[in-house]
Amino acid sequence: MSQKQEEENPAEETGEEKQDTQEKEGILPEKAEEAKLKAKYPSLGQKPGGSDFLMKRLQKGQKYFDSGDYNMAKAKMKNKQLPSAGPDKNLVTGDHIPTPQDLPQRKSSLVTSKLAGGQVE
Amino acid sequence: MATLKSDIISTVEFNHSGELLATGDKGGRVVIFQQEQENKIQSHSRGEYNVYSTFQSHEPEFDYLKSLEIEEKINKIRWLPQKNAAQFLLSTNDKTIKLWKISERDKRPEGYNLKEEDGRYRDPTTVTTLRVPVFRPMDLMVEASPRRIFANAHTYHINSISINSDYETYLSADDLRINLWHLEITDRSFNIVDIKPANMEELTEVITAAEFHPNSCNTFVYSSSKGTIRLCDMRASALCDRHSKLFEEPEDPSNRSFFSEIISSISDVKFSHSGRYMMTRDYLSVKIWDLNMENRPVETYQVHEYLRSKLCSLYENDCIFDKFECCWNGSDSVVMTGSYNNFFRMFDRNTKRDITLEASRENNKPRTVLKPRKVCASGKRKKDEISVDSLDFNKKILHTAWHPKENIIAVATTNNLYIFQDKVN
Repeated sequence: MSQKQEEENPAEETGEEKQDTQEKEGILPEKAEEAKLKAKYPSLGQKPGGSDFLMKRLQKGQKYFDSGDYNMAKAKMKNKQLPSAGPDKNLVTGDHIPTPQDLPQRKSSLVTSKLAGGQVE
Repeated sequence: MATLKSDIISTVEFNHSGELLATGDKGGRVVIFQQEQENKIQSHSRGEYNVYSTFQSHEPEFDYLKSLEIEEKINKIRWLPQKNAAQFLLSTNDKTIKLWKISERDKRPEGYNLKEEDGRYRDPTTVTTLRVPVFRPMDLMVEASPRRIFANAHTYHINSISINSDYETYLSADDLRINLWHLEITDRSFNIVDIKPANMEELTEVITAAEFHPNSCNTFVYSSSKGTIRLCDMRASALCDRHSKLFEEPEDPSNRSFFSEIISSISDVKFSHSGRYMMTRDYLSVKIWDLNMENRPVETYQVHEYLRSKLCSLYENDCIFDKFECCWNGSDSVVMTGSYNNFFRMFDRNTKRDITLEASRENNKPRTVLKPRKVCASGKRKKDEISVDSLDFNKKILHTAWHPKENIIAVATTNNLYIFQDKVN
């Protein structure tokens, strides 16, 4: 456990002045950053919000596979080397039972749609 | 040394007296620290915090109906005020809230007539005399037991719990709904806010945090991903979909960018102890609102304005979605919040001075005074300053807590807890 001294150093500028100048300069960096992002991902929609984005947030933790198969796979296939699923992971045929390891990691952020750019507003 | 994912601290909370400090982690465990009783002779420091109790609060679960994995990560811990010898706290993961009783046992009965000391039953025919069992001291044992389990009331992920000043009820909030519970009743709760649109395509904002007013048992606030705070009065109607007050700072439309809405999302809202003010944390700033004034905050503090010119990469690495918390000191004169690179910031509302400190073992030995840090936004970097580009965005301080009465703070880095106190002269 350490000890500290509180509020030792006075701020370089006063709080208010700093905020004013930063706000004037702050606008430009933000727009510049937006231009950078648009340049990298041209098909990115205008609004980052909207229902698609929020729906992803709400669905955190969702695994799209049959939960009965989940248990079977866990019980029987612990030691078996599973063939990796094809490009379309939702379409599974034959004796391949999907398991959590096969599925893409679901993230609550927009990683996949940012890069794929397939979202239509 | 690699970080165990389960060790990542996900919440930190002092109890009402400040004697106990609870942490929750991603592995569903709760660790409670207790402050040593003050050594009257050693007046130069307050008591240290040592581990008091640790228990597994939540386990990972699988919702078979929805094919949904439920993390055991503890999102929030809230203490109940102490009513008797035991301590009570609420801990919650994404779906289930639990009331835990933490009690001490420092005596045990000895001298039973029909049982041996190790518990085995004696043959009654060998008992020739009777004695009265007595309590004898034993090594302190701290036991945690779940007393109530409040489950199955949230379709979406719980982000907040808050105990009412009536000490009988509490609220739990998820992305779209807020429920009111009675601490004694687990099989039902009242829905008091529901912002789910009839058509999910029309969804534009989610609830990010909620808290009861510290003194008015009928009042609570909830914040949104669009940067607004709504204050609701439960006396107005059973379903508080219509707010009593809406706090929102007007934005200049010409300043709007792709990032505006994301960085305006409020990650935490906390009432001051006085109940007169509330503080909100969005991605770049901390704002203090007077409950009597809805159209703008009364104070705004920039936490790390230098990140504004890094928003593109912060969006790409998802850091722009990090949810920082904030807290008040006991007298509401100073507010604190975390940042990156294991930095945390404090703002003195009276002197308007601010300070940046670092929570790391490398740079600080125990019992030394913390050195203030400074980030150089651009241009020439002075000695001891750190440039924005060398900040470590994986070292984020999301959770901080301030002792309710003393200048003792708890700061959680990814998997370490730091407790700092100011010098006592």
